[in-house]
Amino acid sequence: MIKFEGVHKWFKKLHVLNGIDLHVKQGEVVVVCGPSGSGKSTLIRTINQLEPIQEGGLIVDGMDLRSKKTDINKLRAEVGFVFQQFNLYPHLSVIDNITLAPIKIRKSSKKEAQEQAMELLERVGLAVKRDAYPTQLSGGQQQRVAIARALAMKPRIMLFDEPTSALDPEMIGEVLSVMQDLASSGMTMVCVTHEMGFAREVSDRVVFMDHGVILEEAQPEEFFRNPQHDRAKQFLKQLLSPMH
Amino acid sequence: MEEALNFQVIIDNLTYFMIGRYPNGPLGGLGLTMYLAVVSCVLSFFGGLILGLLSLSRHAWIRHPVNLFINAVRGIPLLMVIFWMYFLLPALMGKTVPEATTVIMGLTIFTSAYMSQIVRAGIQGIPKGQTEAAISTGLKPWQAMLYIILPQGLRNMIPSFVNQFVSLIKDTSLAFIVGVSELTHVGTQINNRTMAYPTEIFIFIAAVYFVLCFAFTSFSRWLEGRLAWRKSI
Repeated sequence: MIKFEGVHKWFKKLHVLNGIDLHVKQGEVVVVCGPSGSGKSTLIRTINQLEPIQEGGLIVDGMDLRSKKTDINKLRAEVGFVFQQFNLYPHLSVIDNITLAPIKIRKSSKKEAQEQAMELLERVGLAVKRDAYPTQLSGGQQQRVAIARALAMKPRIMLFDEPTSALDPEMIGEVLSVMQDLASSGMTMVCVTHEMGFAREVSDRVVFMDHGVILEEAQPEEFFRNPQHDRAKQFLKQLLSPMH
Repeated sequence: MEEALNFQVIIDNLTYFMIGRYPNGPLGGLGLTMYLAVVSCVLSFFGGLILGLLSLSRHAWIRHPVNLFINAVRGIPLLMVIFWMYFLLPALMGKTVPEATTVIMGLTIFTSAYMSQIVRAGIQGIPKGQTEAAISTGLKPWQAMLYIILPQGLRNMIPSFVNQFVSLIKDTSLAFIVGVSELTHVGTQINNRTMAYPTEIFIFIAAVYFVLCFAFTSFSRWLEGRLAWRKSI
């Protein structure tokens, strides 16, 4: 479904992705973790070409991203993306946030798009907020709307870039449970997150990155019980007991 | 000079101040001032929008010439631009062009250049995440601009637009230099004819400009209030 082969990326002189090889299969849930500045956000952003890559091969849902013939807009329609900062459109109501892309890109009728949006809002537990504006919602509610917005395009892959990092602790759970629900429905997912509980219980595989390199790839149980790499051990120690 | 001000001259010439010789002759006075301002205002809104968008183009071959043009116009006094239009337009078109059209062209080009900078800043002021969110749902970049960025940006631009348009209203007085009989020109005409009341005439003209600009500013405040999106939680 997603295949990185020797991918390199530079920001000016900074080598942010340094030879990434990664293969995500259909229906798989992969968690990417690592210290800040490790390149994990950049990695996930290359999958829908919010960040172009400079070297190597990247194939997403059968589309070769290095080929000039690939229609990037078409690819992005098939790949949902959820941002750390939600990025809802503040001038549009919740329902209009969700229906905009299906109406403009999928050419759904307004009625059809709204019915589908209401189903999605039901699913994330926010049907009553259909006419609210984003600023009237809490962070957790905004993020759930953002997930519904991404799902409205019926994507084949969902990408999450630290979806809970901007949330108050008591709102993290509501977003994670939506993600868990999505994972169990068979969605192919790549999540950059520090939520180790989510990684342990929901993911099929954990990828640990540092300095633009994938240092470790393992089943979650194995990764948490017996990390191989020193930096992964250090990272887990800091994450699980931040006070020491 | 012990004499009190005598505004009888204003009352006697009020119709001429307001509409010139209209309907028996061409529109003049305040009516023409407003016509020049409104037409230039509408044209330079679109002119500024187009120039502003082009100046943000991804393609250097579009961006650079546009920025050169904008900077060139911003570096020239408006009076020069009007003069240029006055002499250049007839030469380019190969026929005479009405003076009012000349002035509208000059005002539009000049104001568009300034408006383009407001548009550019307004667009750049919208967080990058908005564009990323839009294109990541599959919207094409122009759709992201049209449906997401511009509606938010334009609201933020309103106060600067209003400043620019108030300047524009006052700048129409420069049409006087090419003999367009707008308010200022009419004032000088009446002054030359009566000779005795320059203070009264120019106080009146200043007051008319003030009322016009103030009304416009107040209207835009009201509009801003109506367009402000809900901030309540």
